[in-house]
Amino acid sequence: MKLENPQAVFPRNDYTRVPYWLYHDAEVYAMEQERIFKGPTWCYAALEAEIPKPGDFRTCFIGETPIIVNRAEDGSVHAMVNRCAHRGAQVRRETHGNAKEHICVYHKWCYRLDGSLQGLPFRRGLKGKGGMPAEFRIEEHGLQQLQVQSYSGVIFVSFRRDIEPLEQYLGPVFTGHLKRLFGKPIRVLGYQRQRIQGNWKLYLENTRDTYHGSLLHEFQSTFGLSRITQTGGVTMDERHRHNLTWSKQGTDADAEFSALYKDNKIHDSQLRLTAPDMVKFDNEWNDGISLAICSLFPNCTMHQISNSLAARQVRTFGPNEFELVFTLFGYVDDSPQKHEHRLAQANFVGPAGLVSMEDGEAIEITHRASSQERQACSVIEMGGGGPIPTRLEHRVNDTPCRGFWSYYAELMGFEPAGAER
Amino acid sequence: MSALAVKEALRELLDLYAECIDTERYDDWLALFTEDAVYQVIPRENLDQGLPAALIYCSSKNVLRDRITSLLNANEYNPHYDRHLISGVRITGGQDGAWELSANYAVFQTNLEGQSRLFSVGRYADKVVKQDGKLLFREKRVVVDTYSVPSMLATPL
Repeated sequence: MKLENPQAVFPRNDYTRVPYWLYHDAEVYAMEQERIFKGPTWCYAALEAEIPKPGDFRTCFIGETPIIVNRAEDGSVHAMVNRCAHRGAQVRRETHGNAKEHICVYHKWCYRLDGSLQGLPFRRGLKGKGGMPAEFRIEEHGLQQLQVQSYSGVIFVSFRRDIEPLEQYLGPVFTGHLKRLFGKPIRVLGYQRQRIQGNWKLYLENTRDTYHGSLLHEFQSTFGLSRITQTGGVTMDERHRHNLTWSKQGTDADAEFSALYKDNKIHDSQLRLTAPDMVKFDNEWNDGISLAICSLFPNCTMHQISNSLAARQVRTFGPNEFELVFTLFGYVDDSPQKHEHRLAQANFVGPAGLVSMEDGEAIEITHRASSQERQACSVIEMGGGGPIPTRLEHRVNDTPCRGFWSYYAELMGFEPAGAER
Repeated sequence: MSALAVKEALRELLDLYAECIDTERYDDWLALFTEDAVYQVIPRENLDQGLPAALIYCSSKNVLRDRITSLLNANEYNPHYDRHLISGVRITGGQDGAWELSANYAVFQTNLEGQSRLFSVGRYADKVVKQDGKLLFREKRVVVDTYSVPSMLATPL
């Protein structure tokens, strides 16, 4: 087995080759749950705007582990594993709600909003018979607590107590980007969910692969939203675990784009929209950035596609399936017209997204065709190999994928000799 | 029109709607909508929480036309056959010439290897009007129970 020699998992030290079996192996998947999702990482859990009032809760999943995120009476946010400390039943089955406590339906064990066990029926037995032993200590049987930190109203959780501070984990580029997106009160507009038959890592790569954007997603290039000829680039943190891909609409000429693509069998330049208002971009951040795909290791993407905004959360179901949960939002101070525009631009994203629907298919065909492969590797060489840069002023690259793998390999103990970081 | 005749006519419209999608006659499908029609596919969880965002939201027939144009010319999606089953048609409101209806739908998808799966179940909440002797959708709201969409949602529900 390849895992007996973890230094040989990756054939090259710069991650320009990734073996396909990493996407399919059950043992690797089990290790990922421990070393990545429960490892020294901050995972995106929810938005504070989803649980504004005391008692508000939402359920989500970190990797495959069910989680409750709620706001306690004193306004503090708590996150805990959604699994009864008694027999392991899922305590909250709803996606959201408001409650004074969480009660497991199985034996009615009752937990406070900070996850501690408040009480359990028949603890002292009945008429002197049965019940828990005298030495049973109620304070030792709460729901498993997670570390919680918010940044600009975005709630992150970690299973590890020795985790670095959230701000340090995100780094200045990404805290800056979160401030840009969440700089004023937001309003949640709704949810979209998509179940994809593929490995979750294919999605993390997808959002770091800037090369595919204008080739796979022909809607945005055909109708001018995002083209590879526009000013744009990628920016990573120093450790290359997160990535921000950005571009500025209107910085290229139609003629330049058409000439570049005229021999490709894509991009019908004669196509026009009959209702072009939908693709209009309002430069509401005054920085000209019309596309910003911000991928935070290991389970989150924050997107700005024109004026559509969402947090995307990755939930895993074994090595062969994952779910994307999109939380779409706007701002509390959006005018009625701006609100309507964001609802119209929700058409761009999610499982039915005019811009993004292809990602599901791209991941499924990759996963399907590589399922039995034990030798061959995926090629990640657009933009070159060798040391991993933190910044590129173009999008003809998939370099951030190498960044992802470098941090993945470090956490998994798979770094080859002389590994790039 | 008698109540029975209305119901029969509405049922015929829904069956034609399904047939147009299932046989990939999208121009004929578009012809079933008024110019000011609203077409929306919304997750049931959003509707239940009073949240407005949809999976597909076409505020006019032109936006719907653009979606079909994009689907046929710009989007890449999973090649498949659709099969609609529609039942439980109820007239829920309206009067002569303008009716509201609800119906249940199930859509099965079959891939190119001949494997079928249940893709989506939910209900329609529609407004239908009579224009130039034809029944047309002025509003079609598809409320999706299967709101964790398997793979992707490309062809209309």
